[in-house]
Amino acid sequence: MNNIFVYIELEGTEIADVSLELLTKGKQLATQLNKKLEAICIGSNLAGIEKQLYPYGVDVVHVADDKRLSPYTTLPHNRIVCDLFEREKPEIALFGATSMGRDLAPRVCSTTGSGLTADCTSLEIGDHVDPKTKTEYKNLLYQIRPAFGGNIIATIINPETRPQIATVREGVMKKEIFDAAYKGELKKIEVANLLQKEDFVIQVIERQIEKSKVNLKGAPIIVSGGYGVGSKENFQLLYDLARVLGAEVGASRAAVDAGYAEHERQVGQTGITVRPKLYIACGISGAVQHTAGMAESAMVIAINNDENAPINAVADYTIHGDLNEIIPKMIKYYKSNTK
Amino acid sequence: MGLKILVLAKQVPDTRNVGQDAMKSDGTVNRAVLPAIFNPEDLNALEQALQIKDTFPGTTVKIVTMGPPRAAEIIRESMYRGADGGYLLTDRAFAGADTLATSYTISLAVKKLAPFDLILSGRQAIDGDTAQVGPQVADKVGIPQITYAEEIVSIKNKEVTVKRRLEKGYEIVKAQMPLLITVHGSAAECRSRNSKLTMKYKHARTISELQAAAMDYEDILKSRPYLHIKEWTAGDLNPENSLLGLSGSPTKVKNIQNVVFKAKETVSLTAEDKDIDFLMRELISNHIVG
Repeated sequence: MNNIFVYIELEGTEIADVSLELLTKGKQLATQLNKKLEAICIGSNLAGIEKQLYPYGVDVVHVADDKRLSPYTTLPHNRIVCDLFEREKPEIALFGATSMGRDLAPRVCSTTGSGLTADCTSLEIGDHVDPKTKTEYKNLLYQIRPAFGGNIIATIINPETRPQIATVREGVMKKEIFDAAYKGELKKIEVANLLQKEDFVIQVIERQIEKSKVNLKGAPIIVSGGYGVGSKENFQLLYDLARVLGAEVGASRAAVDAGYAEHERQVGQTGITVRPKLYIACGISGAVQHTAGMAESAMVIAINNDENAPINAVADYTIHGDLNEIIPKMIKYYKSNTK
Repeated sequence: MGLKILVLAKQVPDTRNVGQDAMKSDGTVNRAVLPAIFNPEDLNALEQALQIKDTFPGTTVKIVTMGPPRAAEIIRESMYRGADGGYLLTDRAFAGADTLATSYTISLAVKKLAPFDLILSGRQAIDGDTAQVGPQVADKVGIPQITYAEEIVSIKNKEVTVKRRLEKGYEIVKAQMPLLITVHGSAAECRSRNSKLTMKYKHARTISELQAAAMDYEDILKSRPYLHIKEWTAGDLNPENSLLGLSGSPTKVKNIQNVVFKAKETVSLTAEDKDIDFLMRELISNHIVG
């Protein structure tokens, strides 16, 4: 009872990275609170899936295995999760802030009457005293997230309702094996009597999921472009530089909105959080929405023709000028100096 | 076959292009400098509704929004583009609501407007980016949801086929109405104002707005009832008061912090060859690249 639960997101039988990242975070929280870490796997053909989860320090793996449960649809997964929460009374429940987690978690919260904080960038344990009633709350989950377009960082708490539920985007938490030999317990959920016919009113008739071509999270160097790049054609320069440096190409929200780059390249609060060793920001002004997702880069180079661009405040090097002139020179001098 | 469609929409501060003055020195948001706009993805939802109206004559599209009195602006804006009217849920008792209390309030209005075939809304609003209100309204109304919709592909025999935009691909799903669909920003952009409709609805007002302008609203509403934007307060919805606004919100804001990025020691360079040559040598010798 009162443990930490993580909903495991599955594509077929493959576990999403974000879920493993949440297990790592969940283990830290569980250790701090002296609670157990439990995982919920809902899908089809899941025999043996628990073995992939135990190394993250999972004490209990709940598995609901039924061919009707894959691919994911909202209602049956909602019913299973809510039923489990009703019985197990989790203290904290974590979901990935993905199209799946952001579909399921609000429904679960509405059914259970719990508070939900979306897209947390940090989760901590702390106390709280209500300013009006002076009631003291021990060991609450501080759900920390940017709000208002990233211009403020808010700490959200759920003093009264349980579970305290949060979603976290992929890449925000770090995934780490806790103990490769860790042994947890498998608990099967009997779904035959639980699920109702009306849970299956939504039918998936086609599903096309591509392996992502873009790997921003794992890229040691990112060449990223903003609205200031000016056009989709000009973005080609960034690809040229990226190829020479062995980098991946990223983009700001403005560049994605303008159609210069694909959505999966978006860096920032509503895109992907990255921590490369080098981040080259080309024509990016540096709205907080963007810098929130790249400020932890080890080194930042900002190429911009605006000397007052906010991005310059987080840059180690600023190059003031026209990127159409600067990028070819970077390629040229990289080549001449590595010969 | 005409459908009855409700579009959930929100007026939001434009948080996408905020300047240095967006935050006051005490760390609170300076709303005065942020223009209030129609939440972008709610416009995508409105367009889907209007396309259905184009295909199925007799369809009605009504907006439901919760907000301060001035949020009536987005209902008018929707009417200029083809919506048939709307409901503004406005009451001090609704203030301070998190997504759960918001969805409770909206669900009461939606139930009052039943029966309906479809509820459409944007996937999320840009001031919070939570994407929670849609699914929570669906839950409270007791209907299925389809989130992240990019296109309503077809509607046949009360069965809707929807293409969903996912992170790494797409999905096509179908379901019987009634249901709630949240629409993704990659869906078709909303049409612009129609000049005839703009003329027709130019004077559409809530009663409060008419009173504030000292206009003879009884006369206007009698002769042109389509100009009446309905205003519902808590009393009209017969709510459980403990579930409204701040008291109905399980999440509380413990504190907020202004985002400040400390300036690093920055080396300023120009586009001149010697500067770029210097930079690339630095990067190579520090094993950052190469």
